[in-house]
Amino acid sequence: MAAPKHPRFATLSLHAGQQPDPATGARAVPIYQTTSYVFDDTDHAASLFNLERPGFIYSRISNPTVAVLEERLAALEGGVGAVCTASGQAALHLAIVTLMGQGGHIVASASLYGGSVNLFAHTLPRFGISTTFVKPRDLDGFRKAIRPETRLVFAEVLGNPGLEVLNIPAVAEIAHKARLPLMLDSTFATPYLCRPFEHGADIVMHSATKWLGGHGVAIAGALIEAGRFDWERSGLFPTLTEPYAGYHGIDFAEEFGPQAFVMRARAEGLRDFGACMAPATAFYILQGVETLPVRMERHVANTRRILEFLKTASEVGWVVHPELPEHPDHALAKKLLPRGAGSIVSFGIKGGREAGRAFIERVEVFSHLANVGDAKSLVIHPASTTHQQMDAGQLKAAGVGEDMIRMSVGLEDADDLIDDLKQALRAAVKG
Amino acid sequence: MHLSVDGAEVYAHTGGRPFDPHRPAAAFVHGAGLDHTVWALQARYVAHHGWSVLAPDLPGHGRSAGKAPVSVAALAEWIVKLLDAAGARRAALIGHSMGAAACLEAAARHSARVAKLALLGCAARMQVHPDLIAAAENDPALAREMIVDWAHGPRGRIGGNPAPGLSIAHAARRLIDYAGAGGVLAQDLKACDAWAGGAEAAANVACPTLLILGAEDRMTPAKAGRALAGAIKGAELAVLPECGHMMMVEQPDLTLDRLRKFLGAA
Repeated sequence: MAAPKHPRFATLSLHAGQQPDPATGARAVPIYQTTSYVFDDTDHAASLFNLERPGFIYSRISNPTVAVLEERLAALEGGVGAVCTASGQAALHLAIVTLMGQGGHIVASASLYGGSVNLFAHTLPRFGISTTFVKPRDLDGFRKAIRPETRLVFAEVLGNPGLEVLNIPAVAEIAHKARLPLMLDSTFATPYLCRPFEHGADIVMHSATKWLGGHGVAIAGALIEAGRFDWERSGLFPTLTEPYAGYHGIDFAEEFGPQAFVMRARAEGLRDFGACMAPATAFYILQGVETLPVRMERHVANTRRILEFLKTASEVGWVVHPELPEHPDHALAKKLLPRGAGSIVSFGIKGGREAGRAFIERVEVFSHLANVGDAKSLVIHPASTTHQQMDAGQLKAAGVGEDMIRMSVGLEDADDLIDDLKQALRAAVKG
Repeated sequence: MHLSVDGAEVYAHTGGRPFDPHRPAAAFVHGAGLDHTVWALQARYVAHHGWSVLAPDLPGHGRSAGKAPVSVAALAEWIVKLLDAAGARRAALIGHSMGAAACLEAAARHSARVAKLALLGCAARMQVHPDLIAAAENDPALAREMIVDWAHGPRGRIGGNPAPGLSIAHAARRLIDYAGAGGVLAQDLKACDAWAGGAEAAANVACPTLLILGAEDRMTPAKAGRALAGAIKGAELAVLPECGHMMMVEQPDLTLDRLRKFLGAA
């Protein structure tokens, strides 16, 4: 019997989730710019509404263009299904409200995107959901922070902006022992560099705005389910294992088995909260995903060239990247991110806050803006922008220093990037 | 709902409606290493259109206790006992793959209990390659990958699932890991391979019968399914395009349309 053959990553990036358009034969994924879909008859309509048939009703819940992106991302991550959302933050919110309600508790890494920290620390408490933050390398801290009302363990694969590599297998084991799922924000890694489900994660989210899109033209998010977490055995998730009056008493785990979480997230979460992805946005992100493997290789190669330069630049006090041997998670990065540890670099400029400001104002090829993962190279000063809502204690816990520059290395010629860094560093330190 | 069959607790999904033995019954029987969730859409539709549905997890599979059946004939007898436990005097039997073989045997042996018979991805012999059986016994992950490759047509391999956002291939992986664990998949495959009663059973079927086949099925090729259809008196046949062995998930609408036409009004 022939050995099993499955399409590989680069092939899936271009083809997964799509059959040529049945109406026109279009090879590219068409933009189905429609809100709604004609039913065959009343029975067809009723069966669609009651989850007896697959298909499309209204584009807030599902759309054919968005569905191709969802299936493609599920294929790339190795998940059973995906739900795409209006933004990465919408994906995070959708996961939380699918898993818990008032009284729920989250254990989260302290090294997170500032927007996620805001949601956990300031916004969710208004709705009765609390969070305990734990340093991402503190495995015992994760264990001790879990309470009877905890419903989720959350972290980023690569912490923001400290670039801590999460010990995914160890944290997954801690979560699973407590009958909890581990959800990871894998935005910085993309499925090309790390496949969290292969290391024990249960749910992955992306800000697809970043490397998945790669062009910086569309805000987008995605939520993907591994399909391994046994909600029934856990017994902690009535939204997935008990009858839901919002769909005639449906029990999602009973009906849909390994796809229970994404089905509930779509059927309830998109229907009721409504943070759906627009079809044109899905089209934009698909253009990026098609070239994801090629772009990520270049992101990683350019990052390695820039790391070499920064390590020798006299104006630079320190450099943080998991590929550097002195990084505390270097060995873990080699194991979990064998193709490269991403294209975000943090470094400290000698001269502190003032030198940092001057550097950012002098760069020419690099753009100063609040984004990462663009094809273009970007720089930002986290203490005054992305993490400005944090107090001094939270900044310290998140590993953000006042001299820290966060850089997102793009796809330009590496020599041009290094030349730009040279002139800006020289000018900044001269004052 | 939970029933007791042969002294073991059995889980049977009822399609989201309570099972009422006074209504016409339809039993959906899954294949090797799977569970009731492969019928999620069709069972739910039928249950909401007047039928009482039983979609069991076979013994040892998914949520059901007990040991995986030792043979297709034993599974056929188990299906009849399941109907007894649920209080269903007669039922339409809808089976897939190994489940279809067992439904065919049940219809031949217990004609008074079977009102209609729908066989999906079925042939008179269900021989399993020895490499696959060996893998299921010694390397379940390899066996799973073989099945995911061989059981699916283009929508399973590349995608384009009619159910938005869901991956057919990865759902199959996780389902086989869950429902086929602990030697269950290997036992199922050996039971399929040893089954030799298909031709005799086909000659003894007296109820209306429908075969639904996948045009690109590499596990039970449509050619073999056509031959089985020819051996069952009056059998209807539907061959679904762009479809492998998992027609309920690869072509859920076409599968349902043929089933609802065949089953008729409850």
